[in-house]
Amino acid sequence: MAITLSDNAAQRIKTFLANRGKGVGLRLGVKTTGCSGLAYVLEFVDEVAPEDAVFEAKGVTIIIDPKSLVYLDGTELDYGKDGLNEGFKFNNPNVKDTCGCGESFTV
Amino acid sequence: MALLQISEPGQSTAPHAHRLAAGIDLGTTNSLIATVRSGQPATLPDGEGRHLLPSVVHYAASGEVLVGAAAAALQVSDPLNTVSSVKRFMGRGLEDVGSLGGNLPYEFVTVDDPVPRIKTVAGPVTAVEVSAEILKTLEQRAQATLGGPLTGVVITVPAYFDDAQRQATKDAARVAGLQVLRLLNEPTAAAVAYGLDQEAEGVYAVYDLGGGTFDISILRLNKGVFEVMATAGDSALGGDDFDYAIAHWLMAQAGLGDAVNHRQMRRLLQVARQAKEQLSDAEQTHVELTDYGLDWHGVLDREQLHALIDSLVQKTLLPCKRALRDAGIGIDEIREIVMVGGSTRVPRVRDMVGRFFQRSPLVNIDPDRVVAIGAAIQADILAGNKPDTEMLLLDVIPLSLGIETMGGLVEKVIPRNTTIPVAKAQDFTTFKDGQSAMAIHVVQGERELVTDVRSLARFELRGIPPMVAGAARIRVTYQVDADGLLSVSAREEVTGVQAGIQIKPSYGLTDHEITRMLGESMTHAREDIAARMLREQQVEADRVLEALRGALAEDGARLLSADERIAIEHQMTLLDQVHQGVDGNAIKRAIDDLEQITREFAARRMNAGIERALKGHKLTEFSQT
Repeated sequence: MAITLSDNAAQRIKTFLANRGKGVGLRLGVKTTGCSGLAYVLEFVDEVAPEDAVFEAKGVTIIIDPKSLVYLDGTELDYGKDGLNEGFKFNNPNVKDTCGCGESFTV
Repeated sequence: MALLQISEPGQSTAPHAHRLAAGIDLGTTNSLIATVRSGQPATLPDGEGRHLLPSVVHYAASGEVLVGAAAAALQVSDPLNTVSSVKRFMGRGLEDVGSLGGNLPYEFVTVDDPVPRIKTVAGPVTAVEVSAEILKTLEQRAQATLGGPLTGVVITVPAYFDDAQRQATKDAARVAGLQVLRLLNEPTAAAVAYGLDQEAEGVYAVYDLGGGTFDISILRLNKGVFEVMATAGDSALGGDDFDYAIAHWLMAQAGLGDAVNHRQMRRLLQVARQAKEQLSDAEQTHVELTDYGLDWHGVLDREQLHALIDSLVQKTLLPCKRALRDAGIGIDEIREIVMVGGSTRVPRVRDMVGRFFQRSPLVNIDPDRVVAIGAAIQADILAGNKPDTEMLLLDVIPLSLGIETMGGLVEKVIPRNTTIPVAKAQDFTTFKDGQSAMAIHVVQGERELVTDVRSLARFELRGIPPMVAGAARIRVTYQVDADGLLSVSAREEVTGVQAGIQIKPSYGLTDHEITRMLGESMTHAREDIAARMLREQQVEADRVLEALRGALAEDGARLLSADERIAIEHQMTLLDQVHQGVDGNAIKRAIDDLEQITREFAARRMNAGIERALKGHKLTEFSQT
């Protein structure tokens, strides 16, 4: 199992966590919703659940629930800009198809 | 590929259902928009990295509208079609506009309605329309940055804005197609941005000196909740006035007298502002006036600047004292004093405020952005991006809201500095027998007589069933919502008939008027109470005379001898005479005399009434029940 972070993403996550002033790490996940079946979850974590898998990547604690893990294996989390907009991007090798905007996907 | 933000635990949204919310500081000089992304609030820059959007709008003959720096660049070359500082005219009447002096670089046109319109080559525009252009530009910036339309916005307004000014701000948002989650007082937003809610419980002051407005707010933090204890200020005092003071000094130095045209005035103000900003770092600055037929150069140093602005800064300290007094707080109880607004960059302002509050003010957050950032934090919560409402912001109403009662008196329904939202009801009754309608006159201000306060609205409650005077029960409810907007309803409790009004006055008060009204309520306190007492006696006299005339018409011939009737009518004439006078005590004596002389008549009427009621019944009927 491997989840990786780009340097830029790791830097941003550290900054956001420090700004928030609390939280043990970042939760990555998927949930079934949206126009193409699955959608990404990206949340701050205050409490780790017993079943959660916990990773360290570039100094950032990543928390993933076991169900999401199978969909995210091999994913690289990146942070990028598109014009004035900026945010996190999932580069997920498991994805077969995405909806037009890429917010939801199928595997 | 969509760009995602980090949510709070459990607050992830479904795709295409992001709750994008923004905070907008719609300022006199500059406006900003901010949002919270991945838990971090920040103001949003435009494509060229500029965060501040100059609150300037240019209208071209082609109908093209420019907003911001592009419009500001045309201020000097095309002053008549370039509208700036329009916030000063939000919710204002044409007569208020004149009081702002002859330095306005653009012109107003008079039309039938009381809303002032600015003359441009693209036709007349209102302050609301100009503000809407600024809001639209900010919204486009947010859309481009966030990748989607905004769910809602929080717009900040000076704490001193009255109902008309708040409503005008909401109208501007509606014209711009924005959903207003809430209007928020600027100092309250600033306190949130500074994270004062994470600090120790206690009392904090927010000193906000912007381009065109000054607000001082005293906030109490209690169990993580901010309560605005008192606000005061002067919404016609700010950094613009520093610029005018410097510009006038430059005019005097350059021997220009008052004879400058629009373009020269623009140029003078530009130069004045630059000089002011340079003096925040430097001890002195070189000033050159070259364009537009101006030819002067010289030096402005801090000492001279202080001489020009000290009286203006001093003017901000009076509202500070008033707010402290309203809050019942001593200076030593203030934990921190927070500086907000670009004008607090002027070192002299920091010095004088620090000396007044006897502690160094907090200046560590960019004073231009702090209000927008606080608004963004609030918008994020209101849009539903936080697990639970982490704070509850309370605002206050700046002037008492009241109702006119008989004799032109003011009955205060909601007193000044009451925290909002608030609803208060008061019961009133009819004054005359068979009265079927009641006029409700809603007023705002601190004085005792209707002629001395501001009229907000009038409406009538009709369909009151005929009853004797004083029998009807009419409940009047005043409700001020979280945005500070007032609605008034009146309901007759027996029949349930009701009428109501949403207060949207055509225009508001000038800042001078608000300060004047507050000041007068104190200076005139004694005579106001005397006037109130006089009016009360006059109303009482009216009531007594009215009741007596009815009684005489009904029973006078039957129960009174000719002499008795003459004596009563004589005393009524006496009361009628003194009643128009100015001696409340004389009226009271005349009322007492009249009551004395009619006591026997009243007793006989009562006996006659009982007799009528008992006639045809046997005593046993009563003892059995």
